[in-house]
Amino acid sequence: MPYVPHTPEDIRRMLEVIGAPSVESLFAEIGPELRPKSFNLPKGESEMDVLAHMEELAEKNVRASMSFLGAGFYDHHIPSAVDALSMRSEFYTAYTPYQPEASQGSLQAIFEYQTAVTRLTGLPYANASVYDGGTALFEAAMMAVRHTGRRKLVVCEAVSPIYRVMLNTYTTNLHLTLVTVPHKKGACDLAALAAAIDAETAAVIVQNPNFFGTVADFTALFDATRAAGAVSIVSVYPVLQAVLKTPAEMGADIATAEGQSLGLPLSFGGPYLGVMTCSKELIRQMPGRIVGRTVDTQGRTGYVLTLQAREQHIRRQRATSNICSNQALCALRALLYLCLVGQEGLTRTANLCLERAHYAAERLTAIPGVELLSGCAPFGNEFAVTLPVNAYQVIDKLTGRGVVPGFPLGRYYAGLENALLVACTEKTSMESIGIFAEMLRGCLK
Amino acid sequence: MIPNDLKYAKSHEWAKIEGDVATIGITQFAQEQLGDLTFIDLPKAGAALTAGQEMGSVESVKAASEIYAPVSGTVLEINAALENAPEAVNQDPYGAGWMLKVKLSAEPADLLDAAAYADVCAAEAH
Amino acid sequence: MNTVFKSSVPGREGIWPAKPEKSAADLLPGALLRGGATNLPSLSELDVVRHFTNLSRQNYGVDGNFYPLGSCTMKYNPKFAETAAALPGFTRLHPVLPQLKGAGRLCQGALEVLYETERLLCEICGMKAFTLQPMAGAHGELTGVMIIAAYHRDKGNKKTKIIVPDSAHGTNPASAHIAGFDVVNLTTRDGIIEPDELAKVLDDDVAGMMMTCPNTLGLFERNLPKIVEMLRSVDALLYYDGANLNAIMGKMRVGDVGFDVVHLNLHKTFATPHGGGGPGAGPVGVSERLAPYLPISRVEKLEDGQFFLNYDYPKSIGYIAPFYGNFGVVLKAYAYILRLGGAGLSRATECAVLAANYLRKRLDKVLEVPFNRTCMHEFVASACNMSDCHVRALDIAKALLDRGYHAPTIYFPLIVKEALMFEPTETESLETLDTFADDLIDILKEAEKDPEALTGAPRTLPVTRLDETRAARNMELTDDL
Repeated sequence: MPYVPHTPEDIRRMLEVIGAPSVESLFAEIGPELRPKSFNLPKGESEMDVLAHMEELAEKNVRASMSFLGAGFYDHHIPSAVDALSMRSEFYTAYTPYQPEASQGSLQAIFEYQTAVTRLTGLPYANASVYDGGTALFEAAMMAVRHTGRRKLVVCEAVSPIYRVMLNTYTTNLHLTLVTVPHKKGACDLAALAAAIDAETAAVIVQNPNFFGTVADFTALFDATRAAGAVSIVSVYPVLQAVLKTPAEMGADIATAEGQSLGLPLSFGGPYLGVMTCSKELIRQMPGRIVGRTVDTQGRTGYVLTLQAREQHIRRQRATSNICSNQALCALRALLYLCLVGQEGLTRTANLCLERAHYAAERLTAIPGVELLSGCAPFGNEFAVTLPVNAYQVIDKLTGRGVVPGFPLGRYYAGLENALLVACTEKTSMESIGIFAEMLRGCLK
Repeated sequence: MIPNDLKYAKSHEWAKIEGDVATIGITQFAQEQLGDLTFIDLPKAGAALTAGQEMGSVESVKAASEIYAPVSGTVLEINAALENAPEAVNQDPYGAGWMLKVKLSAEPADLLDAAAYADVCAAEAH
Repeated sequence: MNTVFKSSVPGREGIWPAKPEKSAADLLPGALLRGGATNLPSLSELDVVRHFTNLSRQNYGVDGNFYPLGSCTMKYNPKFAETAAALPGFTRLHPVLPQLKGAGRLCQGALEVLYETERLLCEICGMKAFTLQPMAGAHGELTGVMIIAAYHRDKGNKKTKIIVPDSAHGTNPASAHIAGFDVVNLTTRDGIIEPDELAKVLDDDVAGMMMTCPNTLGLFERNLPKIVEMLRSVDALLYYDGANLNAIMGKMRVGDVGFDVVHLNLHKTFATPHGGGGPGAGPVGVSERLAPYLPISRVEKLEDGQFFLNYDYPKSIGYIAPFYGNFGVVLKAYAYILRLGGAGLSRATECAVLAANYLRKRLDKVLEVPFNRTCMHEFVASACNMSDCHVRALDIAKALLDRGYHAPTIYFPLIVKEALMFEPTETESLETLDTFADDLIDILKEAEKDPEALTGAPRTLPVTRLDETRAARNMELTDDL
């Protein structure tokens, strides 16, 4: 059997030491009435055959020649060294660093990851990651609920609907009230958000850029939130944090992010990375694992999991969260990405994304009947256009020709059936934008 | 080493009652069980306490425990020094490690004297 | 080692893309822009490669070190699965593709992987349906308990409590709490659940019980049929924590014996690497009566063989993940299951149990084994017998690190004092088990002669014991604090 090293002679010797007549006798406590009714699994196959099968399945995923699909998940370049280093088995075959002396590699890397993400958002504290951007937003909301003792969450409708449906599901049994404040043509309605805050509000939740790609300054809203004794939560797109005003500069208490764009492939939805950073006031409410710096018995610097008294293995049902395994290897990849591209590389990447998206917007809106949904509202790497026809019609036609034109906003927003969300990254060439614009023009004729 | 001039709750808090003011902390036994404290979460001045109800928590590296109010009343003062030096509770639980001063709203009830509390500790140690 | 930030040299070129012609300042109002620089490091590729290569050398992993960490199933992670998961045909796939009309053909292979993996897990566990969405074991627990809550709500049952045995993983009560339940602790006796103890806490308010079987002591719950019957009598559901599934594959299917919900840990039983703490994957399987409550979307197959996502489940608990779970992890588990097949999975279980019993017998003369009978895939010893020489479980763990082994799980389960929990797994050879046992026996002998040899361990690693109190008090959580 593959990966099981025991020879018949080994097994005989082991049974002799145990004093058992057979391997099967070790399972005597599982009585006949408890045995499987069936176990009809395929026969095992050779490594070569399984790989051939996997390749065949991979090839069934027909490749699009170009894609403008984003919706919060983006196709960025991943430096080769990210793969090479994250695949070092000392990192990827280790468990959670429960024995710190034998895990300084993982621990220091997480510490450096915590440092890197706090530098992106400007808030001073971070945890070692949670599952994804949606979970991060839910956990942030729960931090606010515990911190304030209040049970109402004010959520901007322009926050990713993918996160909002998760928030709905997670809060089902928790007796929380979710108040959704409608967007205004794809932009956050700052006045309505401020007006929705009351004495029961635990948190205000916004996204920057929001799901429509629109960028805003939330400073005044966060001031109002603080004045009402509530917590400000903003979900950000980490690549654009190289150039956009930081959550800290706006006065946010918690900033979360989907970290996929930092060195993780799209990989059909996961594994991704939930980034969480917060102010000093809220660190005790932070869920999940956190690494801290300390010294050993000889005074040398070392790293340990810390503030564990918040966690489930000590607090059980009173823990800040049930999160245990997180996305440590993904956090390592994000750190590797940020170190490899560095300050200048990330700034260039952010600027390239903006430049390409703005060029694409210019080309697409030159087509008769195609307009920016948010008018002149500023946007980042993604923008929404309204079309003279249903967006699905365009998607259907163009994907048939190998081009995925974007995301149909009507899927989540009633009344926006004609709106298409278009994303660019540094990998989107000016040339491909031109081709796409011409194809769209042709398709709308 | 259980001071005779204090009253005790079964949940290992002590109270020193002087007129209508009580000073509150956790006992030597409690701090030994928890180990080196790293964080103490206390109510704010002005908060109302009800005897027997949770009023805060203490954390060490490997443990966490809720603290229950041994008396009912209003918090007059908290020991601000504990925020940056929780070790005071380990070093001197009945002195520098005091946590709150409370203005009593009701006569304290169901508190143990030193001898009865010593029995509680002896029973739990086994 | 210095942090990577300390090595930064301003101006040094990393993996930079071409310089754009426009920048944010040209395209956005100044009020929306960042004031200061990110202060990310400026390093050459080699700077980064060397830093992280050196960091990796400060880590133990399964490839380099025997890792008998109880309850974590640190078996070998076959390399071919990494090859399979890294195929560009999978990694490039955008997750919203199947939601676009006409784009389903761009991801048929991926949907097939999800569909087939669910079918395989159903057969392994005897369950009706599976979801692959939960992204870790604890996430699976939460999903499972939310399904229990949805079932009772739908039936109009007013149930408020979940029973969790005292031997359970700490995530169980935490997950039950987050799903809105009160947690009722169940005391085990002689290592297992006894019906009379269960009867004391079982009433009509109980929505379900979370069980680990074999439990965290590595013991099979002998009263399982009676427990199932008792829970059924109050319409309470039985949850199976799959952390220990490696003990029963092919020997028992949880669906057949009366469990209603199960979560698995693909990163334990199905050999996907732990990654230093994740990503894992915690698929959840359910019996027929709970299938309507599974999270959406569900992957389904049309008569023409095409796969699609079905969102039309009005009783579903909703969305617990942005998409279909940790797909990259699922791919590796799928490849592993195909490689081993039914017989290979059963064999893995048999040899895991054989190895645990062998190690138990090798060690039960030098360490106390509180429940010293045939165990399943792991067993719990206690260092209490070493207290005369003032040596604790922690010291033994640290001494093992010095000899190149990862330590067993210590101080868990909470019901055994000075617990040392060993799980050798099926992939470790007899030679490894023997050398490990010999070394551990040697360590204990050394402890009797010179306890300080242990209390001062480890000595050969990059750091000695670390001051955890200082870490928690100072909260130096980034390089900038």
